[in-house]
Amino acid sequence: MTIAACPGCVVAAPSADAVARSLTESEAALYLALPQIRCAACIAGVERVLAKLPSIQAARVNLGAKRVRIVLLPGHDASAALQALNSAGFEAHELDAAALRPTSDDTGRRLLARAAVAGFAMMNVMAVSVAVWSGAGDITREMFHWVSAAIALPALAFSAVPFFASAAVALRAGRMNMDVPIALAILLAATTSLYETFAATGAHTWFDAALSLTFFLLVGRYLEHRARATARSAAAELTALELPRATRLTAAGRETVDVAALMPEDRIALAAGARIPVDGIAEAAAMVDRSALTGEAEPIAIASGDPVCAGEVILGAPLTLRVARRAEDSTLRRLAALVEVAETGKHRYSGIADRAARLYAPVVHGLAALAFVVWWGLTGDLHHAVAVATATLIITCPCALALAIPAVTAAMTGRLFRGGVLLKSPTALERLAEVDMVMFDKTGTLTEGLAQLPDLDPAPASVALGLAQASDHPASRALAIALAAHSPAALSDLHEVPGEGVCGLWNGAPVRMGRGEDGPALYLPNRCIPLPLYERLRTGAVAVVEALQGQGLEVAMVSGDTQARADALAARLGIAQVYAGVRPEDKAALVHSMAERGKRVLMVGDGLNDTAALVAAHASLAPATALDAARVASDGVMLRGDLCAVEEILRLARRARSRIRQNLALAAVYNAVAIPVAVLGFATPLMAAVVMSSSSIFVVLNAVRR
Amino acid sequence: MNILIVLIPVSVLLGAAGLAACLWTLRAGQYEDLEGDAARILLDEEPAFFSDEG
Repeated sequence: MTIAACPGCVVAAPSADAVARSLTESEAALYLALPQIRCAACIAGVERVLAKLPSIQAARVNLGAKRVRIVLLPGHDASAALQALNSAGFEAHELDAAALRPTSDDTGRRLLARAAVAGFAMMNVMAVSVAVWSGAGDITREMFHWVSAAIALPALAFSAVPFFASAAVALRAGRMNMDVPIALAILLAATTSLYETFAATGAHTWFDAALSLTFFLLVGRYLEHRARATARSAAAELTALELPRATRLTAAGRETVDVAALMPEDRIALAAGARIPVDGIAEAAAMVDRSALTGEAEPIAIASGDPVCAGEVILGAPLTLRVARRAEDSTLRRLAALVEVAETGKHRYSGIADRAARLYAPVVHGLAALAFVVWWGLTGDLHHAVAVATATLIITCPCALALAIPAVTAAMTGRLFRGGVLLKSPTALERLAEVDMVMFDKTGTLTEGLAQLPDLDPAPASVALGLAQASDHPASRALAIALAAHSPAALSDLHEVPGEGVCGLWNGAPVRMGRGEDGPALYLPNRCIPLPLYERLRTGAVAVVEALQGQGLEVAMVSGDTQARADALAARLGIAQVYAGVRPEDKAALVHSMAERGKRVLMVGDGLNDTAALVAAHASLAPATALDAARVASDGVMLRGDLCAVEEILRLARRARSRIRQNLALAAVYNAVAIPVAVLGFATPLMAAVVMSSSSIFVVLNAVRR
Repeated sequence: MNILIVLIPVSVLLGAAGLAACLWTLRAGQYEDLEGDAARILLDEEPAFFSDEG
């Protein structure tokens, strides 16, 4: 056995991270996304490749987040690392560090620290309490109470802060949330227990109950936070993938600059296939794909001097662009800002948790107050009345109830995440479960943006490519892109006849590509091959439409494209409701009108033209290939290319809803038994500890079962 | 009875030591890539970035 094979030595490895961390604040730390790593060998491989590079000081792979953090020596950039990784077979992309930085998980770490303190205190206090419960005598009992107080009070002061803070915020805003009863119970338990300790009345103390309550709830909160933080950081990573760099042309040559640093009148070079980062003026004729903004599937020809917008894609050939507006003023950003404003409206949706809290808190507080008044009135014993009220609050305290919903959302969000779906909004699952109509955008969602030809034999394909490359007609351009895998045939005497197409000579015989019966066709000497331009259906499109209709959901298609194209595609998919030629603002209006008809619409879309509709819909999903604005606007992002994810999301969302209901019912049953016991004054701290933990465990187990 | 005066502080101190260790691991970022750390145990060689430091 070599030394390094011993697990103890591997434990030393985190200090590599410490090395990297110490340099965090220097600008030289970068993240690379490694979407394909999945095992120990990948970690070792990546780190070995990077260790060989002279420009890299430290590197540490994070397998969970599928990325590597590298620290560069001053004056180097990541290109060497990217190149080395790619040639070693690891797909790597640079991530925008600025976009990722806020995701460093301080909240999670703080929650875990609080849970650790609460757990430590709970165990020690419980150990002492067991002695009391099993009948420790006067002095011992008193001393044990003092020990408990000494451990519990500082621990509670540190651990229970999140509940106090959240309750204070809610109360100040005049609202009620789950944290109000929790905070009140903890506070009351601590105060009365402290009083018992001082007065040495021989009554019960509730330090252990207050601590275990805090501990269980912190664990639940941490789990929920973790599930959501993973989803958020992956979403942030997607945003960061669109590299905010551009190649600026200056008198001295080319330089790479941040998009944010581009000024009007700068000239930037764009490669074929690049997404335009800022609004600008084209310096040459070009083909652009505007489908992301307008939904038009066909490439559009623009002339030299025409304006182009951020978000469009350059097709065919590289282009030089003169910047017209700074990046933060671009059309794209302004639309994104509008969406953001519209989005805040959706946050008003109140989840089951809030509604349950609004119902639950007054009932529990009312009962506790009632128990207090009745006991005081009947017995005249103020001390006993307070004890009963405290017991009522602790026993009924929403341990199971406050865990019931977070545990389910955490479990389901995590399961969806492993299946390649990121949910961003806390109430997304609930809203998804209520959906009864699914509206798909056509271009980019049901279909993959590019035109795709049916299979062609190599010879005709190369002729077609040769002809297509000779023309600037949109159809030719689309064909040339679709045929890019072939190599063009050697053609001579190429010329374009307006209205007829491109003609030429191939091995001495005349060939032509031009208008056919429907769509373009290729004319070879002895035959004619139609070249219908298909938009390729995304994987799973047919299956998902069928599955959704099978579940009794209405399925509709909405598109900015022409009626004929939309109808043709809808017929292939079996969608009856088609809305074609819809402009962006009308998409949102369409969603609104559906909502007025009582439909709860799930909008699935990817383009800028869909963002308003995504926001307006009851719930929304976007594929990972969608534009930033669309991903921001939607409740969830599907990382898989496969549309079947939609059906699975809806199924899991409905399952989550039924689990939440089961858990709430479980909590209700438990309270129905526990409340009378507490109100009648039979509850002891031991009973509270047992019942509280068992109910929490039941609820969590129900949430995580398959 | 008197033994409790010794035992209780000892048990609390031991617990506190465990707590301190837990907080230290938390600060050192050891829970940031649980999946990766599980996989790293399988690595049969020295971590790449320690080879030159010995």
